[in-house]
Amino acid sequence: MTILEKLKSGRVVLDGGMGTQLQARGLPLGVLPEEWNLSRPDEVTAIHRAYFSAGSDIVCANTFGANYFKFGDRLEEIIRAGIKCAENARKGLKDKFIALDIGSCGKLLKPLGGLDFEDAVALFKRTVKAGAEAGADVIFIETMNDVYELKAAVIAAREVCSLPVFTSAVFGNDGKTMTGTSPEAFVALAEGLGVDALGINCSLAPAEMADTVERILKVSSTPVIVKPNAGLPQERGGKTVYSLGADDFAAQMVPLVEAGARLIGGCCGTTPEYIEKLVAATKNIAVKPVENKGLTVVSSYTQARYFGHIPVLIGERINPTGKKRLKQALKENDIAYVLSEAVSQAEKGAHVLDVNVGLPEIDEPSMLEKCVSEIQAVTDLPLQIDTSDPVAMGRAMRIYNGVPLVNSVNGKRESMDAVFPLVKKYGGVVICLTLDENGIPSTAEGRVKIAEKIIEYANSYGILRGQLIFDTLAMAVSADNSAANAALGALDYIRHNLGCNTSLGVSNISFGLPQRDFINSTFFAMALARGLSAAIYNPNSQEMVKTYNSFLALSGLDENCANYIEYASSVSAGEITVTVGEKSGGAVTGDLKYFILKGLKAEAAASAKKLLEISKPLDIINAYIIPALDEAGKGFENKTVFLPQLLMSAEAASSAFAEIKAKLNPAENAKNLKAVLATVKGDIHDIGKNIVVTLLQNYGFTVYDLGRDVPPETVLKEARARGVQLVGLSALMTTTVVSMKQTIELLKSELPSVKICVGGAVLNEEYAKEIGADRYCKDAMATVRYAEELESKI
Amino acid sequence: MIKTLCGKIEKLNVSETLRFLGYGKTALPEESVRQLLAECESEVLAAQDLRACYAVFDISAHGEKLDLGFAEVESHSLYLNLKGCKKIVLFACTAGVGIDRLIAKYSRISPSKAAVMQAAGAALVEDWCEELCAIFKREYGDMKPRFSCGYGDLPLALQRDIFAALSVTKQIGITLSDDYFMTPTKSVTAIVGIR
Repeated sequence: MTILEKLKSGRVVLDGGMGTQLQARGLPLGVLPEEWNLSRPDEVTAIHRAYFSAGSDIVCANTFGANYFKFGDRLEEIIRAGIKCAENARKGLKDKFIALDIGSCGKLLKPLGGLDFEDAVALFKRTVKAGAEAGADVIFIETMNDVYELKAAVIAAREVCSLPVFTSAVFGNDGKTMTGTSPEAFVALAEGLGVDALGINCSLAPAEMADTVERILKVSSTPVIVKPNAGLPQERGGKTVYSLGADDFAAQMVPLVEAGARLIGGCCGTTPEYIEKLVAATKNIAVKPVENKGLTVVSSYTQARYFGHIPVLIGERINPTGKKRLKQALKENDIAYVLSEAVSQAEKGAHVLDVNVGLPEIDEPSMLEKCVSEIQAVTDLPLQIDTSDPVAMGRAMRIYNGVPLVNSVNGKRESMDAVFPLVKKYGGVVICLTLDENGIPSTAEGRVKIAEKIIEYANSYGILRGQLIFDTLAMAVSADNSAANAALGALDYIRHNLGCNTSLGVSNISFGLPQRDFINSTFFAMALARGLSAAIYNPNSQEMVKTYNSFLALSGLDENCANYIEYASSVSAGEITVTVGEKSGGAVTGDLKYFILKGLKAEAAASAKKLLEISKPLDIINAYIIPALDEAGKGFENKTVFLPQLLMSAEAASSAFAEIKAKLNPAENAKNLKAVLATVKGDIHDIGKNIVVTLLQNYGFTVYDLGRDVPPETVLKEARARGVQLVGLSALMTTTVVSMKQTIELLKSELPSVKICVGGAVLNEEYAKEIGADRYCKDAMATVRYAEELESKI
Repeated sequence: MIKTLCGKIEKLNVSETLRFLGYGKTALPEESVRQLLAECESEVLAAQDLRACYAVFDISAHGEKLDLGFAEVESHSLYLNLKGCKKIVLFACTAGVGIDRLIAKYSRISPSKAAVMQAAGAALVEDWCEELCAIFKREYGDMKPRFSCGYGDLPLALQRDIFAALSVTKQIGITLSDDYFMTPTKSVTAIVGIR
């Protein structure tokens, strides 16, 4: 019998604690448990044997911490020995299995930590390869605190071997993992990656896990693992014991097994006795079948979003089509603008954000990957990866932390063959456009036919109906007055007769007509009434938001109309705020300098706008913005203004500048000096560097911000390509000053005329000189002064 | 035996936050900064996920070479700090990864807010340390001031041993980089002598 057959045939019993068992057998503090695979194999084998005898069907080899970080090139030897110990314990037994046990690598992934996603994949690949070659039956990725690391490990397992993969995460009393993931988001991710079993282990006693287990069971179409601790560790007579005895543990497990837990065992503090009692207490409980829940779900690293109940709003603002400002931002690599659009849509109530960066003149795969990763640093909304380039799509889906919505596939064979393998591998939900080689059918029936074809073809790739959302294509009603009816007819049929979710890019309907919002919002209401599950919309459109909130109230999806009432009052409150805002600034209207000094962003922007009616852009910069910044800067140097105030002034100046920029002849504004700024390789601290970037930009210098953890070669390449006169490098840690030095050496040999300034917590005047920098800048203002000094010499 | 604790702080220590931002004892923040602080306070408090793990170790000294029960270390400053102690509490604590997410978010969209979040996070974990030390005091009696790696001549490399001794990553989710940098960044490890 294979392990998957076993899992299909009924409940599977896992083992109990390993670490605590090793300690009980004398593993000293400070010795890595996996060392015993080589030095005390008999002890390890004895523990496995005891679990098999107690009734475990699967034991986890003693490889929890076996990764390259901990064992270097001894890794393979340690893993082989670990599997061998389990194999020795299995000798003479039938239908017993061995799991390669994989825990966290102990480092946090980017953007919060320093470990690159692909480096994590490579790290886990090495562990998996060794375990698979040594003869493991299943890969068990467990005790995971971070689902992003879990994703890296599962991808590694899938790319190295064809063994089944199980995974479980740690959830606290608050029902979240330590990195904030909900049970539903965890299930969405694990199922998206196609694991064979998923669940929860460690941290809590069985009874304390009940709520989380229930939530997992409710949404999981995959067998569920429950492997709790024996309660909490306590000290009794100088010895560590766990608060829950074997009988109580077994008794607490019973309701979880009744609820449907299919793979059961114990974690820290549990022993073979616990497993024996667990088996005895649960063997007569009927096995619940694992049901396909048929859910349509996307997720981020914290939350899952389901389709089919409350209609889902997909914010459309991050898509350059028809958006001049965004086009410009993408061309200039101005990620900050993209991020501000993301945050503003999230604040306005979007549920999912569309991310499309397709422009002919940019490298779409790397830009999309970068934007997805950066947007996930500022919002935890699920994202819609929107591209027609399968390479860009694949790369973005791979590094996305969660399971994405993908836009889009259509009925053309070529499109389906490119997109479906990606959806199969990385999970997620894909928007299917009802068009094919023959174009867009003009009738509802024609579009439904294409939908049926897509469902069937997706199925041949192992993609379920629930992973498909159909966009029945809103076309301009001004060109074809049956356009709305065709889209709505197909939508209705697909939703109610084919049982699939639907979506529309609503605003296309009004192309070529005046007052498009009127048409859009009415069409939106009609579509919602016919069964629209999701809409791509502009969160800034009051009409659309009004329609949506009213629809929820009218269709019984808004209990006590609470959402509607809150929304309605926010609309009138919003109008009042506008007047108050103008009043509060009334006394000093037009005094841009004052607003900048006070750090009042909105007022500074409004005042700049007003000034533009009477003054030339450049005069505003010279008469208001620069003097204000200088005053704030001097105050900072004299310690009368402090960092937050200085930065707020800089932000207010930026918002004023953004208004002025539109009216400004670029040649008029720019200073001559151009600079590249970067936090050096190995260093992920960029707050200080960001402050410098903000201030330099405010003073009119052209700044290319390369971000953090930047290799010397990249700094050189950009400095050369951009033709800069100044390179600013930042480092916070002593260990990364080395890479700062390397960067300086490279620049000095290749671009000797470029000046280099350095800053950061670990540096000082002397140190800066030692590593060859031209100038040490103790803070952002010092960098501005240095840039001004260089500017005067150009 | 390793014990774990969770906590919650109801109010941000504003004067400590201002101190981290470079305000001296007398300097008062502008109204706009006070507003910014208030916004940041509510976000930081909502994002906190205070956790700690600790254990008690017997220690002994041979000159300035200290056997801390989980590792041996030579350190003059720690020797002075622990003079007369037979036991220590070793602890690790964190304000949680949510604070790092806030800092990451605002460092991308608002430098001023990022700076205040940094400071508020630092103040939060400091207060959490104070709370923990008060708990240890109730449990074990009078304590010496807490002492962390990097204070005086106590090497940062001891972090590696502390993480192993308390299974810090598994217990409360702090990770340690090759450079002994902790993530979540608003985290502290320390040794506290029991008098």
